[in-house]
Amino acid sequence: MTVTTNHTGISNRLLDLVPVAPAQQSRKDFTSDQEVRWCPGCGDYAILATVQGFLPELGIARENIAFISGIGCSSRFPYYLQTYGMHSIHGRAPAIATGLATSRPDLSVWVVTGDGDALSIGGNHLLHALRRNVNLKILMFNNRIYGLTKGQYSPTSEIGKITKSTPFGSLDRPYNPVSLALGAEATFVGRSIDSDRTHLTSVLRAAAEHPGTAFVEIFQNCNIFNDGAFDTLKDRSSRDDVTLKLAHGEPLVFGAEGDKAIRRADDGSLEVVPAGSPGVLVHAATAADPSQSFALSRLTGDTHGVTPIGIFRSVDAPTYDEALNTQISDAREKQGAGDLMSLISGGETWTID
Amino acid sequence: MSEQVRERETRRLDRVVVRFAGDSGDGMQLTGEQFTSETATFGNDLSTLPDFPAEIRAPAGTPAGVSGFQLHYSDHDILTPGDAPDVLVAMNPAALKANLKNLPPGASLIVNTDAFTGGNLKKAGYATDPLTDGTLDPYLVHRVPLTSMTINAVHAAEGTGSVNKKEAERAKNMFALGLMSWLYHRPTEGTVGFLEKKFAKHPEIAAANVAAFRAGFNYGETTESFTVTYEVAPARMRSGTYRRITGNLALSYGLVAAGELIGLPLFLGSYPITPASDILHELSKHKRFGVRTFQAEDEIAGIGAALGASFGGSLGITTTSGPGVALKSETIGLAVSLELPLVIVDIQRGGPSTGLPTKTEQSDLLQAMFGRNGEAPVPIVAPRSPGDCFDAAIEAARLATKYRTPVFLLSDGYLANGSEPWLLPIREMLPDLKVAFTTEPNHTGPKGPEFWPYLRDPETLARPWAVPGTPGLEHRIGGIEKSDGQGNISYDPANHDRMVRLRAAKVAGIANDIPPLEVEDPSGQARVLLLGWGSTYGPIAAGCRRVRAKGLHVAQAHLRHLNPFPANTGEILRSYDKVLIPEMNLGQLRTLIRAEFLVDAIGYNQVRGLPFKAAELAGVLEDVINQ
Repeated sequence: MTVTTNHTGISNRLLDLVPVAPAQQSRKDFTSDQEVRWCPGCGDYAILATVQGFLPELGIARENIAFISGIGCSSRFPYYLQTYGMHSIHGRAPAIATGLATSRPDLSVWVVTGDGDALSIGGNHLLHALRRNVNLKILMFNNRIYGLTKGQYSPTSEIGKITKSTPFGSLDRPYNPVSLALGAEATFVGRSIDSDRTHLTSVLRAAAEHPGTAFVEIFQNCNIFNDGAFDTLKDRSSRDDVTLKLAHGEPLVFGAEGDKAIRRADDGSLEVVPAGSPGVLVHAATAADPSQSFALSRLTGDTHGVTPIGIFRSVDAPTYDEALNTQISDAREKQGAGDLMSLISGGETWTID
Repeated sequence: MSEQVRERETRRLDRVVVRFAGDSGDGMQLTGEQFTSETATFGNDLSTLPDFPAEIRAPAGTPAGVSGFQLHYSDHDILTPGDAPDVLVAMNPAALKANLKNLPPGASLIVNTDAFTGGNLKKAGYATDPLTDGTLDPYLVHRVPLTSMTINAVHAAEGTGSVNKKEAERAKNMFALGLMSWLYHRPTEGTVGFLEKKFAKHPEIAAANVAAFRAGFNYGETTESFTVTYEVAPARMRSGTYRRITGNLALSYGLVAAGELIGLPLFLGSYPITPASDILHELSKHKRFGVRTFQAEDEIAGIGAALGASFGGSLGITTTSGPGVALKSETIGLAVSLELPLVIVDIQRGGPSTGLPTKTEQSDLLQAMFGRNGEAPVPIVAPRSPGDCFDAAIEAARLATKYRTPVFLLSDGYLANGSEPWLLPIREMLPDLKVAFTTEPNHTGPKGPEFWPYLRDPETLARPWAVPGTPGLEHRIGGIEKSDGQGNISYDPANHDRMVRLRAAKVAGIANDIPPLEVEDPSGQARVLLLGWGSTYGPIAAGCRRVRAKGLHVAQAHLRHLNPFPANTGEILRSYDKVLIPEMNLGQLRTLIRAEFLVDAIGYNQVRGLPFKAAELAGVLEDVINQ
């Protein structure tokens, strides 16, 4: 494959291995001919529109983009994009994408998954993809419910959730996906909201700019089985008071009047204090140590009255696929390309006339 | 070497079966491997059977912890590692206890008398000392104080200054090897070189092992215990260059060769599991061939990554054993639906569940055949000998890439770890299996050229393989049913029926692309057919030889392709009065044969974790012939 690195879109050392588009691409170029079949009003529509609108920005050839998904409502996503795509099996998309990304450095590989797909049946693969830092962009749509199986609680549902499978209330404590990803030492962790196109685009752009695994949690409304799960973050009158928009290098201040701030409490956790208080923290997404980012991930509406969105962590680290492909090129450089016959006749041989 | 004590008789034999047995930590595998290496260099035909417990260091001194290595070598071509040893080397009472039941009366026995202490006898479960209580009367026993002589030899040797008693004692396996090398006239230069290389970083340990090896050789020469030594002349084998190879190594090389012949980079996604891990180890060495190996977080991720790589245009491979296949089932079904190439290597072991990890069994034929939801046909290829794993791997990869399908390669623990001389292939004789990706649209729609991912090749029924990066052919595939041709999601009943039948027909059609089943019936008068598959080839063929030597008639056929069967299989089966199918399971091939051909085949089945013995099969065969 020919590789050109002078494209004008988003760039990083791995994305630069992906061929550029010969001409400007538009949203239409990324829209497939398939009829979209999510429920009317589903948050997935907004995410799809944002992704279709954002992909041309990358400036890379659409044929060098692959979307891999698992099972669930969100996992129908690849069918609606005019790129290469695979709708695979439940929970396994990160594993499948790992093989694709590792063997094809000239591709931009994206995973689309949901809270059940990524955190329940596929939890193990997600953890290991994050740990290895494979060059994947993982978009996890979190609607805090099982949609495609019609309304059972998910690993991100709040405790006590009344659903078809938990008529007396769910018993298990939910995951915090951002904490989970940071715990696995993911090199890029972001969070955004389906309906906030500008913010979502900014996080997706940063994810694309990141060489390595990027994990993006997208709060997504399921209007059929869990409607309004994120309403306080969306409601114009309340959202600014309960949303902390993270910006690297900026003080952690929020509120409609900019009157609230974050600092470290005596026990090491974070607390909300009036802006102007001493010790207000500055967001450090690129810090090598993920501790402060992890502490930020522990802020929730239920516990602190605030939910951070944006980029929690973004650090440049060696990626698995780069390292493997370097081993191959190093071996070829040092030992020369392999010769089949000298390989199989290695060791002790004897000849019979 | 030392002065000759007296004239000894050298007896010429046409074949010998040797078995080394000791504690798991005694180095018996290495000893057996090295004796085999000497034997291969000498030019004998040979077959080996390592036999060891699953525990890395099983309880020392107990029969559960005994590790054994059996070698059969000869001056003619042989097919099995031998039914019973002619000579057993027992390093301790437990090794004696575990192996004596397989030792025929009159066989030679070399015992390490130093190990026959009260404690060791108790651990082995001997109430009285078998060296003195008459237990060993039926055998030709050589009592050798192996441990003490090894320690003395090591400490007397030059260059072993800092080697302590415990380290010296660890060289006792080399004393045993030296003695056996003398007794059976094996060349010794290779072993000395091997030890010097193996312990190159520890010259004193190397010196200790060489000293023990030489001391064992010299002990044979000087002691009066041995009145006869044995010679087995080199075998007359087909001309060419040979090496000794295990099944797992041959299979690894076959995969590398397949990548080259097909023209695709290999991607192995795997999770460690006995007895398949050695393939992962081997392929991970071959980066210069462009082989990517990925040790995944689990079996599912291993096959998932391989399938992802296949989507990208690599030859995706996953290696595992029975329990791993169970975990991979859903992804194999996905590969059937996606119609992408994938080779699933299953080194079968005793089951169910964890079963017998280090023991062989033809455990997974039905799992490979049926272990998925829905109608999910997968071709199955099985090698018949360690060396044949090379060709079988190429064949599995050929079918996978040509027909865009997952393919099972069913080896087993016996083939994996067993070894034989292997006639090296000649590069020019290997087939060109190049596959081409689709690069152009294959359909004209109302708006112009389109790419239809499920528009099939009319001959093979394979779908086009267009890899990401190909402009204009962007498409989506998935496990949800697709419309014939166009490849859009389809819930149409008639389409699903058609797609199920198309996938079945594609796999069934492979029968026209594989060699017909061959029958060996030297007299042409056989009325009984012995049918087998996989690693039972050796004992079945050896059993047939024995029966024919008695003047009886028997035909033998061995299946390499289990799904689909060769096109002439039914015709062959129906042309015999009786069909006998020996299997190391409870009749899995027999079930398939009966179902497909309505032939009432007779089974002979055992699941003891060990290969069949030639004499055992000969006996069964005679019974069937004479019934």
